[in-house]
Amino acid sequence: MSVASVNGKREWQRYDGKQGLLRWVLWLIGAAVFVWCWQKISAGTEWSFVLDAPEQGADILGRMVPPEWSYARVLLRPLWDTLNMATLGTMIAVVLAVPLAFLAAQNTTPSAEFARPFALFCIVASRSINSLIWALVLVMILGPGVLAGTVAIALRSVGFIGKLLYEAIEETDHRPLDAIASTGASSGQIISYGVVPQIMPVFAGIAVFRWDINIRESTILGLVGAGGIGLQLNSSIGNLDWSRVSVILLAIFATVIVSEWVSASIRKAVT
Amino acid sequence: MAVWRLHLLKFMPSLHLEKLTKRYERTGYDALKSISFTVEPGQIIALIGPSGAGKSTLIRCINRLVEPTSGKVQWGDVDLVSLNSGQLRRARRKIGMIFQEFALVDRLSVMENVLSGRLGYVNFWQSLTRRFPQKDIDEAFRLLDRVGLSEFVDKRADKLSGGQRQRVGIARALMQDPDLLLVDEPTASLDPKTSRQIMRLIGELCRERKLTAIINIHDVPLAKMFAERIIGLKDGAVVFDGPPDQLAGEVLTRIYGEEDWEEAGQRALMKFVQVGDGVPVIDNDRMAGLR
Amino acid sequence: MADSSPSVGRVWTPPPLIANATLRWIILIGTVVYLIAAFGTLDFNWQRIAQGWERGQRFLGGFTPPDFVTRGEAILEGVLESLWMAFAASVVGIILSIPIGVCGARNLVPQPIYMVCRSIMAVSRTLPEILVAILFVKLFGFGTFAGFMTLMFATVGYFGKLLAEDIEAANQAPLEAMRAAGASWLQRLNYAVQPLVMPRAIGIAIYRMDMNFRESAVIGIVGAGGIGATLNTAFDRYEFPTAAAILILIILIVLGSEYLSTFCRRLVR
Repeated sequence: MSVASVNGKREWQRYDGKQGLLRWVLWLIGAAVFVWCWQKISAGTEWSFVLDAPEQGADILGRMVPPEWSYARVLLRPLWDTLNMATLGTMIAVVLAVPLAFLAAQNTTPSAEFARPFALFCIVASRSINSLIWALVLVMILGPGVLAGTVAIALRSVGFIGKLLYEAIEETDHRPLDAIASTGASSGQIISYGVVPQIMPVFAGIAVFRWDINIRESTILGLVGAGGIGLQLNSSIGNLDWSRVSVILLAIFATVIVSEWVSASIRKAVT
Repeated sequence: MAVWRLHLLKFMPSLHLEKLTKRYERTGYDALKSISFTVEPGQIIALIGPSGAGKSTLIRCINRLVEPTSGKVQWGDVDLVSLNSGQLRRARRKIGMIFQEFALVDRLSVMENVLSGRLGYVNFWQSLTRRFPQKDIDEAFRLLDRVGLSEFVDKRADKLSGGQRQRVGIARALMQDPDLLLVDEPTASLDPKTSRQIMRLIGELCRERKLTAIINIHDVPLAKMFAERIIGLKDGAVVFDGPPDQLAGEVLTRIYGEEDWEEAGQRALMKFVQVGDGVPVIDNDRMAGLR
Repeated sequence: MADSSPSVGRVWTPPPLIANATLRWIILIGTVVYLIAAFGTLDFNWQRIAQGWERGQRFLGGFTPPDFVTRGEAILEGVLESLWMAFAASVVGIILSIPIGVCGARNLVPQPIYMVCRSIMAVSRTLPEILVAILFVKLFGFGTFAGFMTLMFATVGYFGKLLAEDIEAANQAPLEAMRAAGASWLQRLNYAVQPLVMPRAIGIAIYRMDMNFRESAVIGIVGAGGIGATLNTAFDRYEFPTAAAILILIILIVLGSEYLSTFCRRLVR
């Protein structure tokens, strides 16, 4: 109660004593942790380098402009590779994620003891590992190139799509499902007639959303050798060829904007 | 300047609108066409008219929530239209406003919502930490008692019923210790019984505090019951200005057209209908008593 | 009432997904053509794959059992680095996001300020974080400061944009009421906008902190500090058990952080 009667005069404050104290303590703890973190970062930083940065930045910026437009032709093939990595990767992920999602959802899983934990584990492992790390591993196994990148994207996306999908499945309205079940339908029929139509729009949205993110991620996989425009970026930065770097950045920028626009339009059309 | 002197003078200023016009440039639409009238201190005026007549726009032009295109809003010896933003803020402190959809901050408590009426009087740090002066808190408690919401002091605003929320809105407006009350469709979101209660409350409070009030209302019977002067607006112009008892069928037709009002008016209308070219036509001149 | 149309023998097929037949065929054929072309670019170098397979098996072998001990110190340092880098970046990032997000809301600020802030957020969101990390490593040198700056920049774009959108979508009525009562801009922000936007904003902030923890593990690969660098080294040296240990740790941290994040968000609701 924030209202108190003191000597007959009614007083009011926003948080009563206990609440106010708790909030204050929490702020204090947060601030203390932050200061500690900052000190740790400071300790590991060469401050001369940091202060140097604006100068360095201006220097680099100067070299980035004007961008080396003629280099743009060379980028077309890598961009195509990047696009493919993202698209094929997303498609493969979709194919793998759909059954996983059905196994992981509480209301559609055939076995709660084995299938569900297994599916959940796959989804979690796939999600927690960034596509760049997957790419590292896959380049080691499959060798550098677009294949490694595609599989890396696929492996990362399975978890993302799988998680959102199984959450959507669990949130489906159970009433149409009950109705279908009461007609004597098998569980497979219940899923295909009752669950699938409900999750279709959500699923399309998720897939397109992930595709959009994958485009962004594919552009950099080349940094570890997994093909696409990242390869050019890596070599240009390594050679300190800044005017080429700016062309590449512009190309990446343009690609991402286009893919975002496409993704937003499709998602709007679907919902 | 002239605005703060208003606090020292104990008598209430009168409100004078002169050729107030609002034109939307992009569509060329004239929402208000050169409106002029004077409101005496302490008067309670009801503003009626069909939707789109400009009632809401008029109310909002007075405290410049909507910027008028031209004209003057003379309050006492100050023209509100000519004030800069700082002066306007200070002037707005003395103008209370009550809204159709209550305009409360849903997640805050009733007390916080009521205290927000004093925001113009406290500095930012006080409002941030919610440390309002004790006299404000006393006044808040008094107002909450007066509107009958004493047990709801710490309740979240979105947990109240429509009528209760409007009372909070009323308390908030009165917290400003205003000289002028602008009320925008206070009952549009309420059921009939609650509407009457709210209108009665507003009427009582205005008389207690000798407030000048302009009440925008679409419910004609309620308007007649609680206002001492009615202004009828149609298509951005004043078509009626007089006491409630003069507001009879023919006049209502002039304001609202053939639809939108009570049956009695409709029957009265029949006297003035001519059938010309097979289409019923209202003989306006006859209605206005010119024939 | 004679039924003139026979109900026996009438055929029904479910309506197609895309109504326009021409459009449907175009999309179908286009997709097939694309798939053929795209798959063609995948370079299945079977020799290389065969070699790599063996290496891959060794890698998987590294998980049984994973080695936390040999490089234990480096691992611990890496993990801690990632954690405090992410935490500090989240805090500073969110604090910075507030003015930028607020100024990116059309209903609160005039057009020029709005455009500037929206552009800042757009740049932050379009550039992939790794690229920003590389850039900042070049500017600020290797180490956690570059990582801190990267995550902070990403946070501003992400959180700022969501904040701006929330503010624009919130109920405008109390804001108008405060204006009518004569409150200053800051007061209106604090009284009418903040309470409406705060709960969701806290949820998003916690989610972003979670994302930052995740990202912090990766940007180390390009030199921006944290456990990513340790992982990269382990791979370079083919120290698979260590790499496996780090991967497991990353999964655990991500899981833990997500659990914490969901828990905190539920608390705030």
